[in-house]
Formats: sequence, C-alpha cells, structure tokens
Amino acid sequence: MRVALFITCVNDTLFPDTGRAVVRLLERLGHEVVFPEGQTCCGQMHYNTGYRRPAGRMAVRFVRTFEGADAVVVPSASCAAMVRDNYPRLGGRGSRLSRKVAELAPRVYDLTEFLVDVLGVTDVGAYYPHKVTYHPTCHGLRMLGLGDRPYRLLRAVRGLELVDLPGDTECCGFGGTFAVKNGDVSSAMGADKARHAVETGAEVLCAVDNSCLMHIGGTLSRQRSGMRVVHLAEILASTEREGAHGALEGSEAGS
Amino acid sequence: MSATFLGIPPFPEAAEKAVNDSRLRHNLRKATHTIRDKRASVVGELHDDWQRLRAEGAAVKEHTLRHLDRYLEQLEESVQRAGGQVHWAADAAEANEIVTRLVKATGETDVVKVKSMATQEIELNEALAEAGITAYETDLAELIVQLGDDLPSHILVPAIHLGRAQIREIFLEQMAEWGVPAPEGLTDDPRALAEAARVHLRERFLRTRTAISGANFAVADSGTLVVLESEGNGRMCLTLPQTLISVVGIEKIVPTWSDLEVFMQLLPRSSTGERMNPYTSTWTGVTPGDGPQEFHLVLLDNGRTDVLADTVGRQALRCIRCSACLNTCPVYERTGGHAYGSVYPGPIGAILTPQLRGMSSEVDEALPYASSLCGACYEVCPVAIDIPEVLVHLREEVAESPGHLGEKAMMAGAEAVLSSPRALDAVQRAAGLGRGAVPRHLPGTAGAWTDTRDVPDVPAESFRQWWDKRGRERG
Amino acid sequence: MSSREQILARVRRALADVPADEPVERALGEGFADSHGAGPTLEVLEDRLHDYRALVRRVGADRVAAEVAAALERRGAARVAVPAGIPREWFAESSVELLCDSREEPVPVSGLDGVDGVVTGCAVAVAETGTIVLDGGPDQGRRAITLVPDYHLCVVRADQVVDGVPQAVRLLDPSRPLTWISGPSATSDIELDRVEGVHGPRTLEVLLVESGG
Repeated sequence: MRVALFITCVNDTLFPDTGRAVVRLLERLGHEVVFPEGQTCCGQMHYNTGYRRPAGRMAVRFVRTFEGADAVVVPSASCAAMVRDNYPRLGGRGSRLSRKVAELAPRVYDLTEFLVDVLGVTDVGAYYPHKVTYHPTCHGLRMLGLGDRPYRLLRAVRGLELVDLPGDTECCGFGGTFAVKNGDVSSAMGADKARHAVETGAEVLCAVDNSCLMHIGGTLSRQRSGMRVVHLAEILASTEREGAHGALEGSEAGS
Repeated sequence: MSATFLGIPPFPEAAEKAVNDSRLRHNLRKATHTIRDKRASVVGELHDDWQRLRAEGAAVKEHTLRHLDRYLEQLEESVQRAGGQVHWAADAAEANEIVTRLVKATGETDVVKVKSMATQEIELNEALAEAGITAYETDLAELIVQLGDDLPSHILVPAIHLGRAQIREIFLEQMAEWGVPAPEGLTDDPRALAEAARVHLRERFLRTRTAISGANFAVADSGTLVVLESEGNGRMCLTLPQTLISVVGIEKIVPTWSDLEVFMQLLPRSSTGERMNPYTSTWTGVTPGDGPQEFHLVLLDNGRTDVLADTVGRQALRCIRCSACLNTCPVYERTGGHAYGSVYPGPIGAILTPQLRGMSSEVDEALPYASSLCGACYEVCPVAIDIPEVLVHLREEVAESPGHLGEKAMMAGAEAVLSSPRALDAVQRAAGLGRGAVPRHLPGTAGAWTDTRDVPDVPAESFRQWWDKRGRERG
Repeated sequence: MSSREQILARVRRALADVPADEPVERALGEGFADSHGAGPTLEVLEDRLHDYRALVRRVGADRVAAEVAAALERRGAARVAVPAGIPREWFAESSVELLCDSREEPVPVSGLDGVDGVVTGCAVAVAETGTIVLDGGPDQGRRAITLVPDYHLCVVRADQVVDGVPQAVRLLDPSRPLTWISGPSATSDIELDRVEGVHGPRTLEVLLVESGG
C-alpha cells in the first residue's frame, strides 16, 4: 500500500526520530511511504487558540496536499483529530472545503488506527526489552477513540513489559497554548502525571503524541527522574537488529 | 452575606494562588475523585442505555430551546391554570424587585431558601437584605458558605473547597449569630456536623412562612416544577410555608411530563453519583390543603436570550447543572471554583459565564482559555454539551476583539512560517544551527514553560531535511 | 412593552435560524430502555433500599398488621401520624395511638413534630433506583406528614413496584404533588461523603408486601 505520511510540524521540527521510525516501520511491513512536500501544519494551534481563519487556510493547504492519497498516516493523535473532528467545522455548510474534507477525512489515520484497522496487524515484529507504561493522550482517547489499539500493539512487542499507568485517562496538562496561558495549572497537572508515571517503576513512558510527551518529558527531565519518554512509533520500529540505533538514541524529549 | 466574586483576578492569576494552596488541593482532589468514581459506577450500571439516554436528553433540550417561545407560553398557561402566578424578569434587577415585592406582601422578614443557582446568579440574598429581609440558606453546603461569609465554589456542593475541620470551626464560630448555636463539644465527624445543621435549622423550618426556591425542571405541558435534593431541606421549604416563590431560568423547561423518564435517570447519576437522590419534589400550581397555598413562578432571562442567539454557544443552555463536568475536570480539580470568578465554575462556567455576562471584562475573556481541551467534560455531560467546541468558539470571539496584540503578532508569525514548506524549512535549519544555544530557563511567555519543564533539544536536522537527503542518496 | 413581551421577542429574535416550518411537537424517543435487567423486581428493590440504609422487610399479605405492630414496637413508637385514608386493618394488632391527618383537618406542624413516626402506603415504587413515590393519595396524605416526623414506615405492595424509572413516570399523575423518596434523608456536602439523616426522616422502614394471601 502507498501511504502518505503527514509528519506534523512538531514532529518535523523537534522529533524527526518519530518520523523516521514511522517510515522504517511501514517499509518493514512492506508498504511504500511518500512524503508530500507541500505539507506544513494542520492548524491545530491556531484553531484551538481561536484563530479560525489561519487554521482554515492551513486546512485548505492540507487538503490540497493530501487529497489524492489512498491513506494519510499521522503519528500524532491530536493532529489526526484536528483533521477528522475540527476540519468539518471550518468550512461553511456546503462549501468547497467541507466537501473536500468530507471526502478526505475518513482516510486520515492515527498510526495505531492505520496499523490495527487498515493493515490488520497488531504484531509488527518489534522487539523492545524495556518496562513501559502508556499514557493515552486526550485527543487519541476521546476524539479519535483509539481504545485498546495502542495496548494491543504494545502487548505484541517482544521483550516489552507493559505496566498500567494510574490515573491514565487524566490529561497531562499540555493543551497547546494552555501550557503557557495557564502555566501554573498546566505544570500542576504535568507534575501529577509525571508522579504517576514514575510510580509505575517503568523505564519508559510512551504515547501517540509528541507534544504531550514534550510536556511530560520536560517535567520528568526537570525532576531528574531518569524516566524517558518515547513515541509509540519508535517502540514499534525497534527490532533486535536495529533497536538501539532506531529507538533508543536521541529520541528523548527534553533530556 | 457580603462576599462577592468582584475583585477576583482573571483565571490564570486566581489559579496560581489556588494551585499553591495545598489544603485546598487536598480537599478538592479527595472530593472530586470520590464523586467521579461514584458516577462512573452508577452510569456503568445502565450499560449501553446511558448513551441512548444521553442522546435523548440532548435532543429534548435542543428541541425545547429551538421552540422556547412556544414552550414558555405553554408553561405560563399551565402554571396559571393550576393556581400559580407567573412573573417575567428580563434581568437580575427585575427578578430581585419582583421577589422582594412578593416577600414584602407576605409581611414576613425571614425567608427560607432551597439551594438555587439562579438566585445566586442574581444575588437575591443581597437584594433582600437591602430590603430588610433575611434569607436563610438551608442546604448544608449553602449554609456553610453563608455562615462562613464565603463564596460557593461548586454547583452541587458549594462548600467543596472546605474540609470537615474547617466546617466545624465555621459552625462553632458562626451558628450562634444566625440562630441556634452549635452544640458544645461538636466534633468534625460529618454525622455530627449534619446533626448540628439539623438542630440549627429545625425551628426555622417549622415556623417560617415564606420560601424561595429554584427548580431543576419546569414541565410545560403540565405546569409542574421539579426539585431534586438530598437532605429534606428542599421538602421543608417546598411543603411547610404558606407562600412559595420559585425563580427559574427560562432554559429549565422540558416540554412534557414524559421527558422526566430521561432526566430523572440522567441527573441523579451524573450529579451525586447515586441511582436516585434521596428526595424529589414535584408540584403543579397549588394543591388545596397540601403545601403552600400561594405559588409564584419568576421566569428569568438575565442574558439567557443572548446565549440562545449564538447558534454554537446555545448548547450551553441545555445544562441541567449536574456538575459532572466540574468533578471530572483536571483544571477544576487543581484550582477549585473560586478562580472562575462566577457562581458557575468549572467547564460549564467557562462557557456559560462569558456568554451570560458578555465577555466584557478581563475575567470573562480569560475563562474560555481555562481548559486544556482534554474533552473529559464533554464525555461525561449527560446532555452532550460539546464544551470544547464552545470554548474554542468563544476563543475566536476573544481573538477577533481589539487588543491581544502580542498574541496576534505571534500567531501571525507562526502562520507565516507554517504556511509554506520553504519558510518552515528555513526556520528548521536556522534552529538546527543554533541548537545547544537554548538556555534551560527562558524569559517572558516562554518562561511559563521553562519554570517547571525542560525544553527539548533541537535536532540537527528536521525530518524534512532527512527525507530530502534520503531521497537524494537513493537517487 | 412588558417584560413578558420583551423576553418572548428576544427569544424569537435569537431563534431566527430555526426554520418556521420545523415541527414544535416532538414525541419522546423510544430508543432507551424501561429498565436495565438488574434482577427480580422485589429483590432489586430490597437490595437498593438496603444500599440507602433503609430498613426493609419482605412480608406476606396476611402478615401486614403483625409486621406493622412489630416495627412500631421495635421503634418504641406510641403515637404515630397517619393519613385519614390509611387501611385501618394495618393497625389491627397494634396498640399505638393514631393521629389522623387530612387536608380538611390537618395536624399542625408542631403536632407532627411531636409524634413518634408516620405510617403510609405509596403510589409507585421503582426497584432499580430504590425509590418510593407518594402522590398524596388517601393512604399517603399531605406531604408534611411524611416529612416532619423522624421515622417513616411505608407499606409497599408488590403490585406497586415497577422495574425502572420510565415505567414509574408513566404511571404518575403530575397534577398531584409528588414526593420521590430514595432512602432516608442524606447529604454528601461534607467532602462528598454520604451521611444519612439530615432534615427529613432519619429512619425509613419499608414493609414490602408480597402478593397472594
């Protein structure tokens, strides 16, 4: 299958390892990955902060960039949710944008949805000999409804010990511009999330969104907790042969 | 009775104080987690039917709002037919005037009150006090707030910010000023505190001849008003006095009695996390020989028609005041209700207050941002109010208003970079060259991040650069 | 313009987006369930009442008088309020003094405050939520009589019990003043911890009369 990768601006700029992991993983599973170069940003930050018009312009760019794709894979649940849940609100009723969004949005997937629902795999042949806990990010949990997909993928990884995260469904406090507009509350939420994560005794906290991981990881790092945050894609891309190189080097947020 | 939300600073500032108050954090955490678990358990008992009830509840309310004029007229007619009198109040001042006039006509100077958000919103107690009438709150949490000269911080449990030891102190210090004093040797056991409230209010219930209430629902076809409660203070106020005055927001209407099939399931399970609240009273006008023989319904607008006019924001009027959104909100859990500067705190307050008051102040403009948009509020809302959608909608209003120049410039700058792959690439390359030069603590707005969190290292090359290079290497 | 006209005009202006021909009538959807399969009706009711810390006894139809007498004796009640229309045979085996109340001849509040309890029947009971509904019928009386006394003994016949809330709503007449009672009075206002017993009767006892006999 030919898969168009929407890397997202945050991953592109700050977490390229996640993008490389997605490419490695999908190619290992026998699929062709393309990277439409006109892509930039889904417009989520503008949209969520109240800047609807710029967000609309970014939506137009996104649609133009990806409209021919069979499947668009996004290694960020909140960006996938932006496209699927919020783009339909951006265009007026019956507008050109609305029609195009209605046509494209069903083919836009978070990575875990693409693997489990479209490719029908849960065992992606990964090897990751670490104790890991998973944080279900809010937009993945509530907007996309990822459900048990990430857990099924993680449970099939050889060597990986998955431990439950207490208070897992509670927001980490990132929330885009919320993290700076309401920095005190955001930090308090982040501190609680970090505490729960550390209490699991896991070496690694993983999630499907690097922006949340940047927030939690930045907190863990400031606390010198020794716990690392890793995007789920990087775990799934790891194998016995290229594990250490692919997933464990340079992938930490804020270390 | 003089406590007021005026003077509470905008949310981020008020929140900072709350977040650093460890006793408050402890009280809130304990209370919200208790109620969250209870709700989850009783909602779980209804299995898949919960979502069907939720959809039906939303549909009934939405339909009612879309034909509100018709249902208001029908309610008026039904109540009048059953022997009640109906009054219309365009704003808080008018509602207060009407109630004051009605109380004065009874010749009474003391009234007992059932907990009511509408009367808090219009600051009825203060208006009555100016007219020489004392309003006694009878709900336990309202009593605590009134005795403590405090402000409510939760829709259902206005004293949620206080722990048992604090409540004991308030009772010991203040009850005597208002009536029957607290018993000597009062402990902080909730049972003992509840008993003290019983004794304190008992005589007052038995002798007061005028009561003021709100209503959870007003049924248009039958003219029935419905009050859900737990303690029996509601029954006391709705049953024993001669005169009952109910102040009810115009959005409280449901079209038919049968609609309660849905709401009497949705509300108790969502609010107190019980299968059913201990007491529900319903009354239709006046019943000769049973209960108040004079009944006045005051229908309150006070900004609700402005909310109704906003096709996105309108859904906030579906709210049945269960407070499930407060109890589940991670922001509310850490700040409590006072930081929201309104009688309506939490996620619903963040969308209702600015709409009712019109986003005319810094406090109101800050409220739509008091959320990480995690969506937990929408998930638990029994009438499916898409609170995140309305929050974003209100943020748009703020962003389109004058001012906020720094943010506008930042957003325009971000758009300039993000609107072209070439500009983005250029910025990424520049950042890659400057990597390592980013200090651990940044000044200004960015400092709000680096005060508690490290910033990630900027990678040497962006994904885009890597992809290009890989493409070139592969030819 | 009166405030009434002003508010209605504002409402109509606010609803400019609603098509004029959108139907005002709306029947309640039928997608939701009448009840949720919690188990045999009477057992569920009993379980839920226990859950609220009400006292519950299942009794045979021929044992009502004996059980009423026994309950009042356990309570140590010598004088109880009753609605005028209560079946007198319920008290055939009891020696308590009955204080009769009716709309025409109401017992004053101070009188109700002085009795040892109140005995009534009910209109409907809901198993799933442990709820008893009073509608002011002859065996239930004025609302005040089940409110002021500290002990309420309620006789519920098996044929009055439905499984779920929707069934109860359909059976009830909204023109009558209704009181839905789910356990003794309670509060969760202190740390959201439930405590039974505030202003309403602090003890609710239910005699659940099985059919037959």
